Amino acid sequence: MEEAVTKPTKKGGGRLCCICNKRRAALKRPKTLEQICRECFYEVFEEEIHRVIVDNQLFKSGERIAIGASGGKDSTVLACVLAELNRRHNYGLDLFLLSVDEGITGYRDDSLETVKRNEVQYGLPLKIVSYKDLYGWTMDEIVKMIGLKNNCTFCGVFRRQALDRGASLLKVDKVATGHNADDIAETVLLNILRGDIARLSRCTSIVTGEDGPIPRCKPFKYTYEKEIVMYAYFKRLDYFSTECIYSPNAYRGFAREFIKDLERIRPRAILDIIKSGEDFRISTSTKMPEQGTCERCGYISSQKWCKACVLLEGLNRGLPKMGIGRSSRGLNNDPKKDKDMKQRNGTKSIENKQCGSLDF
Amino acid sequence: MACNSSTCQSNSGCYKREEEPISSKSSDSNQQSLCVKCKVNEPVSGTSDDGRFCRECFRSNLYGKFKLAVTSNAMITPSDNLLVAFSGGPSSRVVLQFVHEMQQRAQKNFDASKDRSLPVFGVGVTFIDESAYHSVPSCEIDKAIEDIRSIISNLAPPAKQLHVVPIESVFSLDSLDGRERLKTLVDSVSDATGKEDLLLYLRMLALQKVASENGYNRLVLGLCTSRIACHVITATVKGQGYSLPADIQYVDSRWEIPVVLPLRDCLAQELNMLCHLDGLKTLEFSNVPCSGINGLVSSFVKLLQEENPSRECTIVRTAGKLTPFHFNRIPELNDSNVPLATRRRQKRFNLKPSESISSESFCPLCFSPLSKSDLLSSSNIESCQNYDILDAACCSSCRFQIFPKDPSSMEHFLSVLPQPLLARAQNCSNGNRSSLRKQIQDCLLSESEDET
Repeated sequence: MEEAVTKPTKKGGGRLCCICNKRRAALKRPKTLEQICRECFYEVFEEEIHRVIVDNQLFKSGERIAIGASGGKDSTVLACVLAELNRRHNYGLDLFLLSVDEGITGYRDDSLETVKRNEVQYGLPLKIVSYKDLYGWTMDEIVKMIGLKNNCTFCGVFRRQALDRGASLLKVDKVATGHNADDIAETVLLNILRGDIARLSRCTSIVTGEDGPIPRCKPFKYTYEKEIVMYAYFKRLDYFSTECIYSPNAYRGFAREFIKDLERIRPRAILDIIKSGEDFRISTSTKMPEQGTCERCGYISSQKWCKACVLLEGLNRGLPKMGIGRSSRGLNNDPKKDKDMKQRNGTKSIENKQCGSLDF
Repeated sequence: MACNSSTCQSNSGCYKREEEPISSKSSDSNQQSLCVKCKVNEPVSGTSDDGRFCRECFRSNLYGKFKLAVTSNAMITPSDNLLVAFSGGPSSRVVLQFVHEMQQRAQKNFDASKDRSLPVFGVGVTFIDESAYHSVPSCEIDKAIEDIRSIISNLAPPAKQLHVVPIESVFSLDSLDGRERLKTLVDSVSDATGKEDLLLYLRMLALQKVASENGYNRLVLGLCTSRIACHVITATVKGQGYSLPADIQYVDSRWEIPVVLPLRDCLAQELNMLCHLDGLKTLEFSNVPCSGINGLVSSFVKLLQEENPSRECTIVRTAGKLTPFHFNRIPELNDSNVPLATRRRQKRFNLKPSESISSESFCPLCFSPLSKSDLLSSSNIESCQNYDILDAACCSSCRFQIFPKDPSSMEHFLSVLPQPLLARAQNCSNGNRSSLRKQIQDCLLSESEDET
């Protein structure tokens, strides 16, 4: 497999970087298996992201952009690279860090410290929105009430909305998230496995929610997770790598392991899965859920009430099971949509394991 | 778990078993251990649906799926001549059995009818001998062929012709030379998955050749849900998302001889079970295990299926919602020999043109339809050299996993490629260019630009 033709240096030992042919190769690039030096790696890594941004016109000059920052490796590298590219290529963007405080003691409080350091390191203003302020509940309190089962449902639904609310408080034009190529390839596979044709059709879009209040984009759509880790490692970036205490091993789903196995045999498989996802054309006769707005909070929803409102109402009324699984008919009692709803909730229970694991 | 025994009267869940374990046991277990369909016989255990059906009902259920696929897609009409591709595995054994039974019924009707207006469709069987590449000992292959002969001669009349064809027949020369050539061709592919896939394409070429040379007009494959589910994932992983829907429909008539998949809705487990129940003999080769992407995917899907017995169906159903191509239908029958009912049925079930994609360009190697982006990327490769004709016309997946990377070995690769594939390449690349040209016609200033 090692096709990279590299000549040994004159001093003997080690190979030369196959891009610059000057410095000694320090790593095998995960995406292409080329042996290159550290400097060339930074260069190709950053320039690839630059090309993605330019080719897909992700940003316009003068826009305010929020970077969804969790303190983890993806968002930290995203903040670092975007700040750098904005300077280097004069994007003319106003960048912000936007964090969501779920209220998980021993996890989020620590990772927020990392984000606060990043605020200083990259000179990007930081805004933190908390579940406590938005919903009146911290994740700690929610877990105390409902236990460790289904807690990811609450967290996932609330986070999505919290990010949008934070973005509108910052008055930004767009939110950039750190979803990488591995994440997207995994989502494509999961959507095939669970039969979610609606999500399958849109999960590979680089910009989503353009009809919603604030669009989101994924500058790392074609960036391999391994390269992100590599970049963070070599640049000694300050990031937080502990897993959520309520959902340890959440990322070790079947699909994730499968993707890692594929990558080992054929690195390009990740890009190929994304390409397949982009090339899928959904039959016109397939029914798609229609988009509306929540009657209670005005957020986008295909039901009478959005998922967050249903879950919140359940919490506040002391019926935390409301909105989880099939038994949740309590609030969206529109007979016309009943059937639709039943089906939706059925799939929800799988998809809300949104930490990447496939719920069997 | 709800209690589905009819004697249970509790609304809020059944506690009966715990309360009176002994007294209820006899009546309960009697009630539950009957076939859900006929409610007479005892169900067989070990079927995929956990012993819900008795043997007879299981069988008729499976045959029903086959028959529905055949009738609703107008796969078989009385005037047809079918070639069943027989590998010896459970799927092809069952498809042969079912086609045979259908033929027998047609024969019965024919014998009973007065005017004998409806002919009985013909059935032939072919076995592609791949020993040229997979080093199977020759005694094993001879034994296998002997077994196949006995399987087919043991089927009741009408008699079925058997064509045993070596895969190297695609080279159309004497097979001694062909054997060597096949080995060189496959060995020149470095990627393990690419090798497997190339053999697959050659097998299809061989099947088409047998069918066309012997006057068959349908090729029946035993592909089942499980195999199709694997194909959905492998195609996705190889970046063939555009062409994927072409391969997984009931009918695929992009080939000279249309290919039909009547077992598309049957699971591998069910087919294995039927072979076991009915004592249908299957052949087992000391097979080379799948390596590379294909092997990885099939073990992944197998794992998923074990976790959830409906996973394979879900995968195929999801992929079934992707838009099929215009050739995923039996060509319209306007023949007056065909009974009106059949034509009407075909009209009703057949794909509507508005729901399909029409595509004129195909990859010369795997014969998958090419997307616009494939065509555009290929037109960027500007060169007049011979090998570029093929390279330019190929899909990105074949270009990556089958084609040699450096141009020097390309000449060699092309020289060992079977003639039909080369001819296809020539055709395709011309077709591609002209269809591209058509799209940009209005912006071209001079006619001669093309010649440079």
